[in-house]
Amino acid sequence: MDFSVVVEYFPRLLEGAWVSLQLVIVSIVLGGVFALPIALARISPVAWIRAVPFAYIFFFRGTPLLVQIFLVYYGASQFDVVRESFLWPILREPFWCAIIAFTLNTSAYTAEIFRGAIQAIPQGEVEACKVLGMTKAQMYRRILLPRAFGIVLPAYGNEIILMLKGSALASTITILDLTGMARTIIARTYTPMEIFLAAGAIYLLISIVIIAIFRQIELRQNRYLGTLSIKVPDKG
Amino acid sequence: MIDLHGFGDQLLQGAVVTLELALSSLFVGLILGLLGASAKLSSFKVLRWIAHGYTTIIRGIPELLTVLIIYFGATSVLMAIAGVFGYDEYIEVGAFAAGVTALGLTFGAYATEVFRGALQSIPKGQHEAAIALGMGPIRKFYRIILPQVWRIALPGLGNLFLVLLKDTALVSVVGLDDIMRKANIAVSSTKEAFLFYLVAAFMYLALTIISMVFVSYMEKRASRGLIRG
Repeated sequence: MDFSVVVEYFPRLLEGAWVSLQLVIVSIVLGGVFALPIALARISPVAWIRAVPFAYIFFFRGTPLLVQIFLVYYGASQFDVVRESFLWPILREPFWCAIIAFTLNTSAYTAEIFRGAIQAIPQGEVEACKVLGMTKAQMYRRILLPRAFGIVLPAYGNEIILMLKGSALASTITILDLTGMARTIIARTYTPMEIFLAAGAIYLLISIVIIAIFRQIELRQNRYLGTLSIKVPDKG
Repeated sequence: MIDLHGFGDQLLQGAVVTLELALSSLFVGLILGLLGASAKLSSFKVLRWIAHGYTTIIRGIPELLTVLIIYFGATSVLMAIAGVFGYDEYIEVGAFAAGVTALGLTFGAYATEVFRGALQSIPKGQHEAAIALGMGPIRKFYRIILPQVWRIALPGLGNLFLVLLKDTALVSVVGLDDIMRKANIAVSSTKEAFLFYLVAAFMYLALTIISMVFVSYMEKRASRGLIRG
């Protein structure tokens, strides 16, 4: 193997890595915003309000991300209504299609994580809030959500790593993310092993950085507990 | 009824390929997971290092990249090995073989952690009792340890299988005729992308539901000797 080709194309790979990071950051932020109302609806006492997010979560967790991306990118353009609408300039762009698919996907997973965390809070704390005369909104804002945030961290870190790895699928709809860039370089140089291994190493490095950042946030967020070990079952 | 333009049986054939790929990768992954877990708990430092490197690398890089690396890399690795034995014709690695290798490696890395946790949760007394009964290490493993590990590991492995089932779609990128690629073919000839990808999505959902039912049956079966409080 000849790794001089990696040195030559390294700046291009970094360009790709930056696109991957943009995909991950935008979809994680949007996904997190959508996940909270979905999670709250999912634990609603009203059956039909629970049913909608249940179906949503089941669909997005039960089907491959690749199908979801293709549904948005190729599927949406099948309809004339979409092509003539104001949304077309967005749905025409592979980058935004990937963002839409990733956001829908990650918000389903994140909603489940949030739900687990909210339900993991001891019932006594909920009762204490009620005794103090808090309204439901106050209870969530002051007690439940901040508590849930601390519980959620390890599982949320996993979700971000999974999203980073999932972002490689953007390369299938012509986006030049890290994997897409690697495939483009390989088409020119025909050195698949060298370039793919280099791309793998960059992904690995990004994962390690994310894990380290989350460990720090966890330490800070849960410092009042005096211990570090809050166990949340991760999604395997 | 939905009009699939005659691509219905094509998609069903794809589903069979998807299932074959998933089950073969599961088999490879379970063996790798057991080996990995044993290596992680071994008293040999080298084995622990190898297992640690394996799980870290596989879990840190995207599954799609693993598939691509195996697909393109296996050919050159195999040709290099064959070259040593004086065979210098072109060797082609098929999408199915590459898929089983890549997905098996991925499943194995995550299963290593599941099995490690399960192995560690078997009380030491169980080992001692088996030894006291005169069992050798292999018989102890098969008769005493494995059935208990299996019960503890099943829920985790079930989750991993659902992930594996969805990851099979990635192998379509290197040309395996699974659900995803059959859908692609149908789309390119009918231009009905939304319809066919939605049908593909529901086929994966159906496979997911069947797997979930099967896993919960297995869980019940594995813990049938257990008295629940």
